[in-house]
Amino acid sequence: MAADTALAVRHSPAPPHPLVEFWRYFRQNKGALLGLAVIVAMTLTAVFADALAPHPPAEQFRDALLRPPIWQDGGTTRFMLGTDDIGRCMLSRLIHGARVSMVVGVSVIALGLFLGVVLGLLAGFFPGPVDIGIMRLMDTLLALPALLLAIVVVAILGPGLFNAMMAVSVVVLPGFARLTRAAVLTELSKDYVTAARMTGARLPRLMFITVLPNCLAPLIVQATLGFSTAILDTAALGFLGLGAQPPTPEWGTMLSDALQFIQRAWWVVTFPGAAILVTVLAFNLMGDGLRDALDPKLKR
Amino acid sequence: MAAQMAVPAPGATDDVVIEATDLARHYHLRRGLFQPQATVRAVDGISFTLAAGRTLAIVGESGSGKSTLARVVTLIEPPTAGGLRLLGQNPFDRNTADRRAMRQAVQMVFQDPYGSLNPRKKVGAILEEPLIINTALKAPERRERARAMLAAVRLRPEHYDRYPHMFSGGQRQRIAIGRALMLNPRLVVADEPVSALDISIQAQVLNLMMDLQQQFTLAYLFISHDLSVVQHIANDVLVMYLGRTVEHGPKETLFARPRHPYTMALMAATPRVDPERRIQVQILKGELPSPLNPPKGCAFHTRCPFARERCKAEVPALRPVDGRLAACHFAEEIAG
Repeated sequence: MAADTALAVRHSPAPPHPLVEFWRYFRQNKGALLGLAVIVAMTLTAVFADALAPHPPAEQFRDALLRPPIWQDGGTTRFMLGTDDIGRCMLSRLIHGARVSMVVGVSVIALGLFLGVVLGLLAGFFPGPVDIGIMRLMDTLLALPALLLAIVVVAILGPGLFNAMMAVSVVVLPGFARLTRAAVLTELSKDYVTAARMTGARLPRLMFITVLPNCLAPLIVQATLGFSTAILDTAALGFLGLGAQPPTPEWGTMLSDALQFIQRAWWVVTFPGAAILVTVLAFNLMGDGLRDALDPKLKR
Repeated sequence: MAAQMAVPAPGATDDVVIEATDLARHYHLRRGLFQPQATVRAVDGISFTLAAGRTLAIVGESGSGKSTLARVVTLIEPPTAGGLRLLGQNPFDRNTADRRAMRQAVQMVFQDPYGSLNPRKKVGAILEEPLIINTALKAPERRERARAMLAAVRLRPEHYDRYPHMFSGGQRQRIAIGRALMLNPRLVVADEPVSALDISIQAQVLNLMMDLQQQFTLAYLFISHDLSVVQHIANDVLVMYLGRTVEHGPKETLFARPRHPYTMALMAATPRVDPERRIQVQILKGELPSPLNPPKGCAFHTRCPFARERCKAEVPALRPVDGRLAACHFAEEIAG
């Protein structure tokens, strides 16, 4: 043992850059790599949507309503995944929809996570009026049905995709705040926090450098799971006419708009649904890997 | 650091690091809406002085107020009453010139080495954090100091880049000791620093602590319930029961002839191999009484084998008996 550690010392190179080290651990999780690959592909699709899509997403082909996908009777190479009820190319709309949905998912979660973490930290660090005030407000938000709450917020802000995103952020916010507060309370009772206090660490340092990194694991999982809620809730708002306005191609709106054709034309519902499913799954897989790669206890 | 190391006189110097006078810490509890507030006298009138290079052991059962005393001495909580002078100044006084420096002068080693190190940080970062907060040293200098400290607590330089979970309990406790010493404190409060460790590792950590004490002329306030550990490391011993001092004096005097029945009972509870040296007193029965409602008179009379009528009525004063202080009406008769 002693001998081989001595050997290791002589040969141990400079410690790897944190990013390199992170990548080395992340790479070991095959599922996470798959998730990352899908996310990268989606992102590229979203960025180069204009070049990839065969047709403009809003163009209606009146001669080809509800055309089935290419491998079915009646399919044509012109519309690979068929057309919807007013003759728009499904493939083009899905490709352009990736743009909207990715932006929606990422920004909703980013905003919700940021505000939730800050509120949770404040609640955890200041017991008493601050804690009670924040947490009762969060309880109130949780008590309202998610969609109803979103509708209320949109009603105040006015309809539109951006406001719908704000509304959904408010919906996902309490989950993050509660998780953060619970984790903060657990960590605060540990001696390493007292030790940091004794060395003179001030509040911002205690919050963001000492305690927050130890609360990350549940937050990462919640964030990746919340991604699906974000897309679906934004879609629901779009369905009600409060979110993405037609003809904006958005997966959730596409899904809800075409529900009535599910018996006659399965593709108009299935493809947007599958796109949401695959994206959400990819984010969950990557979140799992991210959590493991960031956990020092799993490192050797 | 060098200046401190130049005073290797083992044992006493007259350099008083901390002086506590009738230190008290009470907690007010609200038990219910219509019930009166209850007061827990966790620490109730403890006095001691501690000089550089000396070790004072605080001994007592769980619930006797040892850890609360540690929290007051380490300036985590202010005392409810009584005086605390650290390096001749009152650390809780707003007028005290350099409160930050006073904070740095006292550091702590915790009981549980698994909870006292931040699991997200590498050992190097843990050791350097006090320097980042309190000094203007540049990264290479900090790294140098951290590496020097690793060597001082007998860890290898390559441990700098590892995470705490990769270490055993004894190694973690040595990291914790290293962190406590990074700011060159004058007083280290150790709250049961070895009771979470294997017996085989305890001696190793204790010896390291004693070596570091000589090297840096540290004062130790050593909290423990294990008398064999206390016997190994302490110069003076203070025995606490329900927040009060029951016996306080030099280790040799106390261990040779305890004058308080509680001290005797604690010693009897320490296992000994040699039957000649076993103290024949019945082991304490029952639990520590609730600190919410301590017994009247001598707090120990409910469990004391020698208790008489007087003990139930009259609180015994802490008085000099046979070279130490003892708080028992019958200290002279009891001699173990």
